[in-house]
Amino acid sequence: MNFIENEQPLLVAEGLTKWYGRRLGCRDASFELYEGEVIAVVGESGSGKTTLLQLLSGQIEPSAGQIRYRLRDGAIADVWSMSEPMRRFLFRTDWGYVHQDPQLGLRMGVSAGGNVGERLMAVGWRNYGDIRGAATDWLARVEIPEDRIDDTPRAYSGGMRQRLQIARNLVTAPRLIFMDEPTGGLDVSVQARLLDLLRRIVSEMRIAVIVVTHDLAVARLLSNRIMVMKEGEVIEQGLTDQVLDDPHAPYTQLLVSSILPA
Amino acid sequence: MVALELSAVAKTFTMHLQGGLRLAVLHGVTFAAEPGQCLALTGPSGAGKSSILKLIYGNYRCDAGAILIRSDGAVVDIASAAPRQILGVRQRALGYVTQFLRAVPRVSALDIVAEPLVMKAVPREAAAVCAATMLRRFNVPERLWSLPPATFSGGEQQRINLARGLLPEHPILLLDEPTASLDADNRAVVVDIVRERKRQGAAIVAIVHDDDVREAIADVCVDVTQFTAAA
Repeated sequence: MNFIENEQPLLVAEGLTKWYGRRLGCRDASFELYEGEVIAVVGESGSGKTTLLQLLSGQIEPSAGQIRYRLRDGAIADVWSMSEPMRRFLFRTDWGYVHQDPQLGLRMGVSAGGNVGERLMAVGWRNYGDIRGAATDWLARVEIPEDRIDDTPRAYSGGMRQRLQIARNLVTAPRLIFMDEPTGGLDVSVQARLLDLLRRIVSEMRIAVIVVTHDLAVARLLSNRIMVMKEGEVIEQGLTDQVLDDPHAPYTQLLVSSILPA
Repeated sequence: MVALELSAVAKTFTMHLQGGLRLAVLHGVTFAAEPGQCLALTGPSGAGKSSILKLIYGNYRCDAGAILIRSDGAVVDIASAAPRQILGVRQRALGYVTQFLRAVPRVSALDIVAEPLVMKAVPREAAAVCAATMLRRFNVPERLWSLPPATFSGGEQQRINLARGLLPEHPILLLDEPTASLDADNRAVVVDIVRERKRQGAAIVAIVHDDDVREAIADVCVDVTQFTAAA
């Protein structure tokens, strides 16, 4: 990751708040995200991590606050003032969303190649040979053998499905990826492979990432910055190694001291 | 012109899990290092030597005072800088070497050593050549280079970490017991490289318990006990 000092942020969140009726999902989250930067959102289940991710990715409308995104042409757009088709277009092209459960992010009845190619068709690719070529290339980058391109994800292992989901998201060269517990539910060797892949691809492509995880080791490995959430609020944020080596909030100290040494 | 300057730096830890116990670790930390100069921090274990290095690198948040780092003509105060600025300074100007390797699954020893150069936008091939030279200097057998170091011996991991930390020619270098538990040959390698970096104009702050090594690299000793907060 390279730092351009006077760069404009890619995404700015201000006072993001979500109420589900009288129950608080997330309150007053504010931060800036720059190109190529990886932010980890950590906290226990129910702390509002996924709500924040869904707010940021335009999937649920905030009760208060706003999200501004810098489009490829440099214009700054308010995510919730833009038209629904525009927001969907952004979601299909410039953004990616990696679900913890790959079944939510993939079309299980469509071949692996089709899953990856579909995102390209959404941005106007029409030539079958080009689409297949790009799909094959991306499957190789996530270490899926070429001879599995015509299989559906149903025939894939959990780790392969997750790698396929990542390829599907990255094929349009998005500038921002949201990830919800991308390594959750995978066994450790599979998880290590996925983390290494993510780390490499994200730094090579200079993609900004907001990754929700409850695993502090994943946060340490992938992220530049951390936001710690508790009961719907961001209680501490900063440089990843600062928050993990010198946690200030009582809850963050508890989180950090609760890690079992391997 | 100094490369690194600390003035009146203070650090207190508040341990919320121990009923809000406050540990005042350091106060009034003030010293400066010029390009080409090596400062050795001295004092008994627990005096706060490593904490000072972590404050400079930005791992620990600074409660008071300033930590000024000069790089590319600009001065950044680590104590008040935004996370992005700290990351930028680390990438451009600030190296931090401990004896412990944080191994990344599946990444080869060679890539781990080359990574800081790749981050500085050195082409991968050129970075790999430099990394190989460094691994050879630290006597890491070539057959290990392509393997991830998680399963290597403690000594091998330490040498890989030293190779990684000492490879980029940063203008400011923080060394936390780099030679602890190294054999004499590899200690001599560290001394050689540190002297090279000093000749190139690096300002170095080091914690070194080995008297011979400290003698060989340090220009000035800073006694940390003067900054240790009275309990």
